[in-house]
Amino acid sequence: MYTEKVMDHFTNPRNVGEISDANGVGEVGNAKCGDIMRIYLKVEDDIIKDVKFKTFGCGAAIATSSMVTELVMGKTLDEALEISNQAVAEALGGLPPAKMHCSNLAADALHEAIKDYIEKKGK
Amino acid sequence: MKRIYFDHSATTPVDNEVAALMMEYMTEKFGNPSSIHSFGREVKKSVDEARQQLASLLNANSNEIFFTSGGTEADNLALKGLAFANRKKGNHIITTCIEHHAILHTCDYLEKNGFTVTYLPVDENAMVRLEDVKKAITDKTILISVMFANNEVGTIQPIKEIGQLAREKGIYFHTDAVQAVGNYPIDVKEYNIDLLTLSAHKFHGPKGIGALYIRRGVRIDAVQHGGGQERSLRAGTENVPGIVGLGKAAEIAQQDMTKKIARISTLRDKLIKGLMEKVPDIKLNGHPTQRMPGSVNFSFLYVEGESLLLNLDLKGIAASSGSACTSGSLDPSHVLLAMGLTHEVAHGSLRLTLGRGNTEEDVEYCLTVLPEIVGRLRSMSPLSASSKMSDSNPCSICKH
Repeated sequence: MYTEKVMDHFTNPRNVGEISDANGVGEVGNAKCGDIMRIYLKVEDDIIKDVKFKTFGCGAAIATSSMVTELVMGKTLDEALEISNQAVAEALGGLPPAKMHCSNLAADALHEAIKDYIEKKGK
Repeated sequence: MKRIYFDHSATTPVDNEVAALMMEYMTEKFGNPSSIHSFGREVKKSVDEARQQLASLLNANSNEIFFTSGGTEADNLALKGLAFANRKKGNHIITTCIEHHAILHTCDYLEKNGFTVTYLPVDENAMVRLEDVKKAITDKTILISVMFANNEVGTIQPIKEIGQLAREKGIYFHTDAVQAVGNYPIDVKEYNIDLLTLSAHKFHGPKGIGALYIRRGVRIDAVQHGGGQERSLRAGTENVPGIVGLGKAAEIAQQDMTKKIARISTLRDKLIKGLMEKVPDIKLNGHPTQRMPGSVNFSFLYVEGESLLLNLDLKGIAASSGSACTSGSLDPSHVLLAMGLTHEVAHGSLRLTLGRGNTEEDVEYCLTVLPEIVGRLRSMSPLSASSKMSDSNPCSICKH
């Protein structure tokens, strides 16, 4: 049901963990639905220097979280904001239709983290 | 890679002896049991023998056994057949919240056709309370249907007591015994059962064949109409290979059943005890003692069921889960929710169902592999004992 790429990111997820001095953190989903994704960012000069994630969820939830961290590492915030859930799914070679709406939220978590960074910076 | 099958509640491998016998009834003994000639007669005899073998497993009479295409059809026939045959007596049916969808969706259909259905709650162990059954009975009640053993958590219901209550009140009693037949001793007379559903593939018989036991004297309407097979209660040329396979599987199941149950229960208890020792923050789902010999079901807090399944599968272990991701809907298992589990705890459920092919080594392997997987997934999870498992951010998708 999952592509090889999804299984690769599920079994060897990239950038798992937390960043202790993160300056942007975003979370989407909730435990009731069975998916929670939390993204930690370390941003310097509007560039994502480091990104990590922690996810509670199914195979697709973990794989999309891993993929989004890989896609944004070293990118500018503007570039990162352009990454959509759809783009994450495509980078993984697609997701089963049932997973597209419920477990494909990694880009949303990223955008929340960027929003958090911008809000904190503005203060 | 080592492959271990811990999903016997989903299906079981066909016994070699059963498969060999079935082959004979596809090639050499291919006759139609309704035919008068020798090809038909020899097959008719075998169908009757299979009926007897199955009756013997249940302590029933062979003329009380009606073959169907499986458990779902038998449930449909029992509920619709009994409801429509007795609608002049009443229109109320009592069942439970934790039934298989073959019962629940048949009840939906009956509700749309003039019947009313009471869905009994269960306690935290998935056990139906006799008091609740008593309270639900009205003068319109024609049928009580309570599953023998639950397919997800393995809890065995107080069937004998419910059967006795139904008998005293003059209400028909049906039990969906798909998980239990062939794996647990059942005596339809002792348990006061009027109708009982069973399926061959849950006890090393083939898929596509099952039966409904209907106690002599209980009148039901046919659901499928056509030829006069199964005494006009289930029209259609008999699935002869399936029927003889079912008969043989019933005969084999009956041999040393007590010994088999003891062996499988020992493995089950070793697995339960081992997991409880090795993995913190887990919850055993289902009744601690009144459970099917092979049934293990745990919720692993802070992790999600499908992730567990995928990881176990990569290690060669086949299991199942009641999480939403594996149920094909946005909600986790209706059984786990009916037991009072929160959504988040239900999402982390894992069902391991053992069978006669499993060994102590299988259990030991699982006890090595599973704690590692849970540990790894927990290290990736934003949830933990200190985090609040709550609904602080309502989900934008499913509105939970």
